[in-house]
Amino acid sequence: MATAPIIDPKGPIILAERNLMFSATAIMMIVILPAFLMTALFIWRYRGTNRKARYTPDLAYFWPVEVVVWGVPAAIILWLGIHLWHNTYELDPYNAINPSVKPLRVDVIAQDWKWLFIYPEQDIAVVNELVFPAGRPLSLKITSDTVMNSFMIQALGGQIFAMAGMQTRLHLLADEPGKFWGRNVQYSGAGFSDQQFRAIATTNEDFDAWVEKVRGAEEKLDTATYEKLLKPSQKVPVTYYSDYELNLFDTIIAKYAHNDADLTPSSETAEPAQ
Amino acid sequence: MEILGRFTIDSLPFYSVIAASGAGVTVLGGLLVVGVITWFGAWRYVWTEWLTSLDHKKIGIMYIMVALVMLLRGFVDAAMMRSQQAIAFNSDGYLPPSHFDQIFSSHGTIMIFFMAMPFMAGLINLIMPQQIGSRDVAFPFMNSISLWITTAGAGLVLISLVIGRFSTAGWTGYPPYSGVEFTPGVGVDYWIWAVLISGIGSTMSGINFVATIVKCRAPGMYMFRLPLFTWTVFVTAALMIFAFPALTVACTMLMLDRTLDMHFFTNGMGGNMMNYINIFWLWGHPEVYILVLPAFGVFSEVVAIFSQKRLFAYLSLVFATMAIAFLSFTVWLHHFFTMGSSAKVNSFFGTMTSIIAVPTGVKVFDWLMTMFRGRIIFKPPMLYMLGFLVLFVIGGLSGVLLALPPVDYVVHNTTFLVAHFHNVIIPGVVFGYLAGYMMWFPKAFGFKLNEKWGAWSFWCWTIGFILAFMPLYVLGFLGMPRRMEHYEIAAWQPHLIVAAVGAFIIFLGIVCMAIQLIVSLRDREELVDMTGDPWNGRSLEWATSSPAAPYNFAVIPDVKGLDAFWQMKAEGIAYKQPDHYEDITLPRNSSLGLMIGVLGGVFGFAMIWWIWWLAILSMGVIAVLIIIRACDDHTNFVMPASEVKAIEDAWFAKIAKAPRNEMEDDPGFAGFPAPEGTA
Repeated sequence: MATAPIIDPKGPIILAERNLMFSATAIMMIVILPAFLMTALFIWRYRGTNRKARYTPDLAYFWPVEVVVWGVPAAIILWLGIHLWHNTYELDPYNAINPSVKPLRVDVIAQDWKWLFIYPEQDIAVVNELVFPAGRPLSLKITSDTVMNSFMIQALGGQIFAMAGMQTRLHLLADEPGKFWGRNVQYSGAGFSDQQFRAIATTNEDFDAWVEKVRGAEEKLDTATYEKLLKPSQKVPVTYYSDYELNLFDTIIAKYAHNDADLTPSSETAEPAQ
Repeated sequence: MEILGRFTIDSLPFYSVIAASGAGVTVLGGLLVVGVITWFGAWRYVWTEWLTSLDHKKIGIMYIMVALVMLLRGFVDAAMMRSQQAIAFNSDGYLPPSHFDQIFSSHGTIMIFFMAMPFMAGLINLIMPQQIGSRDVAFPFMNSISLWITTAGAGLVLISLVIGRFSTAGWTGYPPYSGVEFTPGVGVDYWIWAVLISGIGSTMSGINFVATIVKCRAPGMYMFRLPLFTWTVFVTAALMIFAFPALTVACTMLMLDRTLDMHFFTNGMGGNMMNYINIFWLWGHPEVYILVLPAFGVFSEVVAIFSQKRLFAYLSLVFATMAIAFLSFTVWLHHFFTMGSSAKVNSFFGTMTSIIAVPTGVKVFDWLMTMFRGRIIFKPPMLYMLGFLVLFVIGGLSGVLLALPPVDYVVHNTTFLVAHFHNVIIPGVVFGYLAGYMMWFPKAFGFKLNEKWGAWSFWCWTIGFILAFMPLYVLGFLGMPRRMEHYEIAAWQPHLIVAAVGAFIIFLGIVCMAIQLIVSLRDREELVDMTGDPWNGRSLEWATSSPAAPYNFAVIPDVKGLDAFWQMKAEGIAYKQPDHYEDITLPRNSSLGLMIGVLGGVFGFAMIWWIWWLAILSMGVIAVLIIIRACDDHTNFVMPASEVKAIEDAWFAKIAKAPRNEMEDDPGFAGFPAPEGTA
């Protein structure tokens, strides 16, 4: 399931992130290639035994060189800085991808050592499998009910931390149906290596069918089941819950809050619960 | 209250064969050192000439010995990780997570705190006072304390192999994982106390180096005549003074969380792990420059000496160094772009980060311009310099990519990041220190290192590095997170096997260094450095004998410009014996530094194991020792002029016998400084 997103990006976010990387690499070649060439050339030309090469032991300053070595990198960084600024705003993981399309909302909870996905509009919950329609933006709210984690489906885009008592956000979009690989990439303890999940982009019909399937599951994620699930465990198989405790996501965040004053929502940083 | 705190018999490493053998090797290694010293009946020599010495050169050498021992230990960790990952496809490999996680934590901790930092402090101690024409550092006794408490920190990491376990929280110790709720036990406490204790040593070293450069320069050695190595030391030491307190604060707060049940960084109860991460990197990013700037300084010396040419754009290099130091405090947030900060915050820190590429690029081109129209001699230090130039540029490229927040989102926490920082630390920091080690070795011991084995070590390190880390860049694009104990993705394995081969070739590089040392010891008569100036050097450390006399300079030199010693040689005033000598005041040996170091280690151990009586006792004795030292009015001794004369006479007799400078034999040699040819 692992693909190299720089060769084969599966969505617009990763494509933009990759293109930024390519253009930055290309522009930096303006200084990197001369550095390589000069190194090779000077090693050969000015080797001590080559008595034909000019030798000027006191050449210690020449102002045009200074202008070039400060000026050219500075110009490149200026170019890069503008692109950096622009792209960081464009690709802010908190940004909705296409405001005209209603995204699929999923609330994500990191646990030791698995991922719980809650679909508030479908009233279902799933462990270690994230299914969503291709072509429709995915709007994730992410928190942790354990140590700090980092959520990533690299084929679709970058990662964001999951932290207890806080929520972060991530927006992704898959161009076409496909199976991707998602996981925690922030070391979180003994079960870290296996803390992964399947991310499956489907057609709209398949998605509806899948939701129906989960709704038919016997288990419901009530408080007792949640507490049991929360206990550290590894290689947990995909589990479907046809219903879940109301406001589960907010309850989990509020568990770690201690002061009502901190519950004011903020649009800028990792937000506390609302 | 238990007399041994929370120590039980289960704390011994019999839980796994591998852990028990690691403990066995550590204990045997210690016993072997003790045995060898006893066998040669050398305890008195070791005690009076080394352990209690306040001579900056000997302290420097001991720092480097600590660094080399810890390099071996850190490398063993690396080899275990690489071999585990090479085989752990759809299998558990040979290391369980509980052990693997200790290994990556100790590898990072050791390499940063107990390999790179002591190596740097060692080179600085050995060379910087000689470069500025001083007889010692400003505070020789504090220097000794710095050495021994750094060693105590290293000792705690080694002891954790034998008694208890080490941290599994990585070298950065991020809470809440490193909190007591998720990792009880002594592991994280070992990490905290090793880092805290050695961090205080580093802060004191920073103070010492700044004071030395400000107050102890020879007459005429104005700031803008300092050799570039000393300039980088000055800037680095200032960074140490400003940055290390942040680490001390972060670790102390984490310690309070763990030991006294406080809630600075816990989940809930008002704790917030984001504060730790900010404070930690407020130290952590400048730390990167603390390590690499002195290496840049070494490269600046190496490139001028072995291109047989003046350093190009000295002022530019100095200002670039200052710019990097200033900027290093404005970029810490790039270590966690993925924490959910706003685009505003991320783009500011991203931009600041990429700006650092400008002064760094300037340095690269100024070094290249130093080679331009030079006569390059490919001695091992210069080989390391050239390897650095090529490889470091790649590390810079990946660094700028990581500075772009949208790119960082994709490859943060993956092996791309691991590849990046090894790509700057190995060619940048390690190659720099190794170049310094091979260039300045004769200054420390009076004979040169074998050049053939030095060259072999360079090729092994370089090829090994490329094989070990270039695949990690690729693996980052394939989504491989760092710190994976096993994996299920077949596409990763070939890259990990190549990386393991690379690690093995680096091992050969270390073996070459060991052989180089042994061979050179054997051939020390042939390799002897008669003049004290084996490379036709430029700065004042080459004006002293090799090894330098306890006082470095019998007569403090009068500095008239940049490249002070080169100028003295050009004007024909080098190697002129004065008519008479004066008495020289030098620091007397003191065992208190060593004792404070040992007690600092005991204190740390007691705090780790909650042996409160021992903690109070050791801290009390440290306080008493410091008071005793403060009341001591006889901390110096006077070396009479006659003794100085005897030492100097012997050296001048040796120089008179040296028929020619050892560099003259090199086919690339371009000539000695000529009177008119200097600025």
